[in-house]
Amino acid sequence: MPPPAGAAKGVGLGPVEAAFPNGVFPTGVIHEMLCPTREQQAATSGLLGGLLTALMRQGGPCLWISRDRRLFPPAMDGFEVEPDRMIFIDVGNEKDVLWAMEEALKCEGLAAVVAEVKEISFAQSRRLQLAVESSRVTGFLLRNDLRKLGATTCVARWQVTHLPSVLEDGMPGVGYPRWQVDLLRVRNGTPGSWKLEWAANRFISVEERLEALNLTETRQVG
Amino acid sequence: MIMKKRYVSLWFRHLLTDWFTLRQPDLKQAPFILVTPEHNRIIITAANALAEKQGIIVGMAAADAKAVIPDLKVMDDIPGKAAKLLRGLGEWCIRYSPLIAVGLPDGLIMDISGCAHLWGGEHEYLKEIITRLRSKGYDVRGAMADTAGAAWAVARFGRNKPIIAPGMHTEALLSLPPAALRLDPLVLERMHKLGFYTIKSFTGLKRSALRRRFGNDFLLRLDQALGNEDEPLEVLHPVMPYQERLPCLEPIRTAEGIEIAIKTLLGNMCRRLQSEGKGLRAAILRCYRVDGGVVGADIGTNRPSYHTDHLFKLFELKIATIEPALGIELFTLEAAKVEEISLEQEALWLSEGGGLADNNLIELLDKLANKIGTNNICRYLPQESYWPERSAKPARSLAEKASTTWRSGSPRPSLLLKKPERVEVTALLPDNPPMLFIYKGERHIIKKADDAERIEPEWWRRKRPHRDYYVVEDEQGRRYWLFRSGHYSDEQSQWYLHGFFA
Repeated sequence: MPPPAGAAKGVGLGPVEAAFPNGVFPTGVIHEMLCPTREQQAATSGLLGGLLTALMRQGGPCLWISRDRRLFPPAMDGFEVEPDRMIFIDVGNEKDVLWAMEEALKCEGLAAVVAEVKEISFAQSRRLQLAVESSRVTGFLLRNDLRKLGATTCVARWQVTHLPSVLEDGMPGVGYPRWQVDLLRVRNGTPGSWKLEWAANRFISVEERLEALNLTETRQVG
Repeated sequence: MIMKKRYVSLWFRHLLTDWFTLRQPDLKQAPFILVTPEHNRIIITAANALAEKQGIIVGMAAADAKAVIPDLKVMDDIPGKAAKLLRGLGEWCIRYSPLIAVGLPDGLIMDISGCAHLWGGEHEYLKEIITRLRSKGYDVRGAMADTAGAAWAVARFGRNKPIIAPGMHTEALLSLPPAALRLDPLVLERMHKLGFYTIKSFTGLKRSALRRRFGNDFLLRLDQALGNEDEPLEVLHPVMPYQERLPCLEPIRTAEGIEIAIKTLLGNMCRRLQSEGKGLRAAILRCYRVDGGVVGADIGTNRPSYHTDHLFKLFELKIATIEPALGIELFTLEAAKVEEISLEQEALWLSEGGGLADNNLIELLDKLANKIGTNNICRYLPQESYWPERSAKPARSLAEKASTTWRSGSPRPSLLLKKPERVEVTALLPDNPPMLFIYKGERHIIKKADDAERIEPEWWRRKRPHRDYYVVEDEQGRRYWLFRSGHYSDEQSQWYLHGFFA
């Protein structure tokens, strides 16, 4: 049996990981991500892409369950995820989304299971939680209807929103994807908000980058 | 060793009138006939037993019959009804044998080789069939013999025992009239004129003489009845090469019972498949109920398998949909699709390796596919095309490898609309990225944009205009993929939104 994916090292989220207990991004649990608009779905899939890279490093594939799939597989390549190791499950109704997710979460050896979900009851989220407890698969619920948010057993509730990109030296054009990543709720951790950029195939904290830039500038001046 | 063939012929003496009586029970007490118009006359096509007792026979004019029995009930025949009824009865009889053929106009022929012992012997077997059919309301006679022709003859013309012991069919036939050979009425009439009243009277004659007088068909029928010539049956359900049957002595009514039946059938089939190095890709389970209904379930797998446990899990999901009603008498399992299993595949199956060849994953996907359909499970491989909609193609199997690499050169949006959506755009210069666009009523002021990426359709699809794609970012940092279809100077050029960037 391969070890649970991504358990060995961090997932490359840098300062965000400090928000979790012991400073470790929890795997083998369910995360919840809020993405009511298409723009936010796109931004969230960027963050997810970065996370999946780390989770899939052990060789396990990823399942993506949805009713109305828009994800463009070639884009995942930009986040270092091999799109041909993602398996898309298109289901007809909400009930089947949760059924498929529960079945998939029971399957040892998967790196991650992502499901686009409108509504989930506390009891249903308990079932998902029980499923991952023995398989140690990491699950992500993409919540696309904020009116139906209830209490769940998810360990963390995320929200990703776009931030204007910045190109170095004020060059024209669109820069690296940059987001504000909010951890609205963390079990036994500290919620917070971070600015992240996906550059050179890894997450970089915007604050750290600014500091680094300042350092080089001061050095230049000095 | 070739198994000795045995056949049962069933004769429904009053097939149509029995059916009418079943539907209108008050007809039981009255003589009645079925008629059809023919050459300006109303001709009798069927008469019930009461009418026959008073001398009414098929082929008479209805008016003559009315003269004999004044209160005779007359009803219109339904064309094609007999064939339909026989088919239905044949389907019902599948519980007794898999090979059943309809013998128009009033019979069934069953190949029962190797079936009778399951019911405790030929006598019990035939008795069971006849009793059950009679209790359904059909006046049926049956006979068993080594050939279909002999069974047919004995069922209709036999006077003594209905079961002709193996090898005794020739003797049994000799005393029967020529009509027992299923001959053309014209031939029969000729034989009658010549004084051939029994089969015995012409078996000693030269074949050439018989052929000259009565034709080839006559000899064929004779040979078929005697067993010198094979008689191919047009069976209702051709037998699949991989089929398992499980008749139940007591009707099964519980889910546990159905589970045990499925496990038994799968176990038998998998043992056979494994010994032949094959695996199941699709299977159909049929359950024949006491009330005549047939229910079932089918499964499919992502790769050939002979693992009973795995295949059973696929059926397990569907057991709830199998309604046993009064009970299930017979289960059959057919392998609709069987494939060779290569040794490598089997090695993959047994290995504990992860990734796409993982055992657990295959089983999971089979399970999902059986509920939501195989078409709804996709994996994509890169395809040599710059056209965004064609840059990924569905993989045909889990094992299929990419033949090219994913193009990571130019940015691609995380979400791609299945159909590009029209947007209103303001551009300062026609060849520049737009300054703002309106999508779903919302104005997006473009703060940053990359230079255009021109994507041409492949040359064999040149009828379409090219697209100039722009990556743009609005004042909130939201990134979009816009394109202009066609050249900017072209009046027909249009702007579309095609995707959303992370």
